[in-house]
Amino acid sequence: MTGGLRGAAAVVGVAESDLGEVGPDRYAIDLAAQAAAEALGEAGLTTRDVDGLFCAIAGRGMAPLDVAEYLGVRPRYTDGTMVGGSSFVSHLHHAALAIAAGACEVALIVYGSTARSDSGRGRLAMGPPELPSYEAAYRPRMPITGYALAAARHMHEYGTTRADLAEVAVAARRWAMLNPKAFARDPLTVEDVLAARVVSSPLSTLDCCLVTDGGGAVVVTSAARARDLPRPPVYLLGAGEAHRHRSISQMPDLTVTAATESSERAYAMAGVGPADIDVVQLYDAFTINTVMFLEDLGFCAKGEGGAFVSGGRIAPGGDLPVNTNGGGLSYCHPGMYGIFTIIEATRQLRGEAGDRQRPGAELALAHGNGGQFSSQVTAILGTERTL
Amino acid sequence: MTELAPHRGYLDRLAEGTVPFQRCTACGAAVFYPRALCPACGSTGLDWSHSAGLGTVHSVSVLFPRDAPPYPVVLVDLDEGFRVMSTVVDVPAEQVRIGDRVRAHVEPDGPRVVFTVLTGDGEGSRA
Repeated sequence: MTGGLRGAAAVVGVAESDLGEVGPDRYAIDLAAQAAAEALGEAGLTTRDVDGLFCAIAGRGMAPLDVAEYLGVRPRYTDGTMVGGSSFVSHLHHAALAIAAGACEVALIVYGSTARSDSGRGRLAMGPPELPSYEAAYRPRMPITGYALAAARHMHEYGTTRADLAEVAVAARRWAMLNPKAFARDPLTVEDVLAARVVSSPLSTLDCCLVTDGGGAVVVTSAARARDLPRPPVYLLGAGEAHRHRSISQMPDLTVTAATESSERAYAMAGVGPADIDVVQLYDAFTINTVMFLEDLGFCAKGEGGAFVSGGRIAPGGDLPVNTNGGGLSYCHPGMYGIFTIIEATRQLRGEAGDRQRPGAELALAHGNGGQFSSQVTAILGTERTL
Repeated sequence: MTELAPHRGYLDRLAEGTVPFQRCTACGAAVFYPRALCPACGSTGLDWSHSAGLGTVHSVSVLFPRDAPPYPVVLVDLDEGFRVMSTVVDVPAEQVRIGDRVRAHVEPDGPRVVFTVLTGDGEGSRA
């Protein structure tokens, strides 16, 4: 089955909505719709063509119904998988499966959030917890404390330093400075990160992703139909998913994420390995994410992520371009970021990334993360030449 | 025996001053948090047990609220083989270290289980 999925579907349209801070009068679903219209437009399609809908909105249990009604989409296949920020990479996988099975032909993956504007008007994205908590009484600040506990353990076991983590933030900022759409574009140094206020040790405010508004959309269709559409198709070559825990106290090993499994599945389906990847887009909710994911995705050995990211290796001009849009740390982070890994990977493979373009990029890896290092979803995308 | 209301079972035992966890009668796994089936093997045969309260700090993060004193959040591996989130109450937050041996105490009002640091000389003297 997996052999049949390689190259069966392609991304044919991507777009962000307005990002940053959109103000109190616009809702998450407005941003989702704005992105959907633009992504369908560049694909040469309309909402009338969409027969598969994939979406998740934080706190909206029936998001696909909200979005379909708003857009006037009449899907024959709907997937509201909600595994946190990785949901949209999961949707990409599921869309390819549905297309390959004939369950739909034009899939729209869409997201919107007003996480930044919500904070100023008392709108809460998430409802009250529905399950008993064995963590809340100890007042972790989630999600940062979950990632901080993993970072502290990684530092303890492998000698990773706060300066190594700071290198991740600096690399993301240097990419963001090349991206006109990025939210944070002021110069940033390792010293700035180390001097920032510590929120949940070892992580400071500058080890944390932004809180912005924003939406995104991705249009996926069959390889056959993709070749008739305006933009060069970006094929899904491999995908894999895995999760082992929800709460950080249930994570089997604080220094190893299920990205080891999700990426193994994606590489196997795609028939490629980490050394073949030209550009990496991964979910950097916190600086430790980039370090641990580069290990778990196979770009370096476990424990070597800190050394790997130092010296500008993942920054502009480095050996491995990572998060070329500036990532969740400096480009945008509207509650859930996963869809933006697909959007940037697609632009890199089309050669549309402007000053941040990796010349000749043929293979990209997009990796989503959800929960607290919980859900891991890896997608490998390629140009026509990689089929 | 099958536990149909595991959170209630946990709270009731915590109120008695114990540190409750479950032990799978089929595979022997220590299970926390309390459940209706064993996450290691799927058996519904879970017996309540309680910990002797001794464990080791597996990780620690110190939180620095803008308007309150710093406090540690820890993950503790209890000697019986399960991990909990908790806090350490007897030493300054920034002195809690990974690898510290700790002892559990039940705070009935929380209700919650907190820890104090064990040292070679006794408890809580490292501050």
